Amino acid sequence: MNDYSKVKTGNEMELIFSAISENEGLARVAAAAFVTTKNPTLEEVADIKTAVSEAVTNAIIHGYEEEEGKVILRCRFEENVLWVEVEDKGVGIENIDRAMEPMYTTKPDMERSGMGFSFMEAFMDELEVTSVPGEGTLVRMKKEIGVTPWIYEE
Amino acid sequence: MKVEEDFKVIENYLCIQMPQEIDHHNAKEIIEHADAIICKQEVNNLIFDFSKTEFMDSSGIGIIVGRYKKISCFQGKVYAIHANMQIRKILHMSGLKRIVEIVEEM
Repeated sequence: MNDYSKVKTGNEMELIFSAISENEGLARVAAAAFVTTKNPTLEEVADIKTAVSEAVTNAIIHGYEEEEGKVILRCRFEENVLWVEVEDKGVGIENIDRAMEPMYTTKPDMERSGMGFSFMEAFMDELEVTSVPGEGTLVRMKKEIGVTPWIYEE
Repeated sequence: MKVEEDFKVIENYLCIQMPQEIDHHNAKEIIEHADAIICKQEVNNLIFDFSKTEFMDSSGIGIIVGRYKKISCFQGKVYAIHANMQIRKILHMSGLKRIVEIVEEM
């Protein structure tokens, strides 16, 4: 994926909030509100909310292990392509490939499904995860807006 | 959530009125109430009513799978009713349709 900092930007925003579960709703609603200017389909808004919710939940329960910290949500438009970044300065991920395997969870006791990264991958066009153990994790996602109608296989 | 209103036992069915938003933040409360009733009242079947639910992330999958495990030893079944498109998509993509029957009405 291209370097986020080199993206020629249109509109952009940055939201910094405490790593507490109450803010999961704030983050996904802020991202959803941000994209409305580009006339997204209902499905795209739902997809973005889900992906942001997953990334922010990961930052709170895995990155900071439910201790104090700050999560940063960045959204940026490059024409009709939305870039989303969710960053934490938490414990980081030792093995990213394993963390991204469907159903893999380090917290089965919390009834986590292990589907977080799978959902981000499925609901966005691109997903990239970079992490340094002890320093934090950066999740970067990309999605083209205005193209996805509701498709549902029975 | 109000336990008396949102968790109803009818015969051996537990019907759970799911909240407007289902995420990690409110999953714990739903799990605690549901498990207390499943243990105490010996319900076999679960109905998740999504009529008020506008958003669900993978935390909802954790709730459903975890409760399914608790009732599957009684040959119980899990139903989802009034699920909107976003919730259906999540159920579909997570492979949960193998254990959850999606119905319009009960």
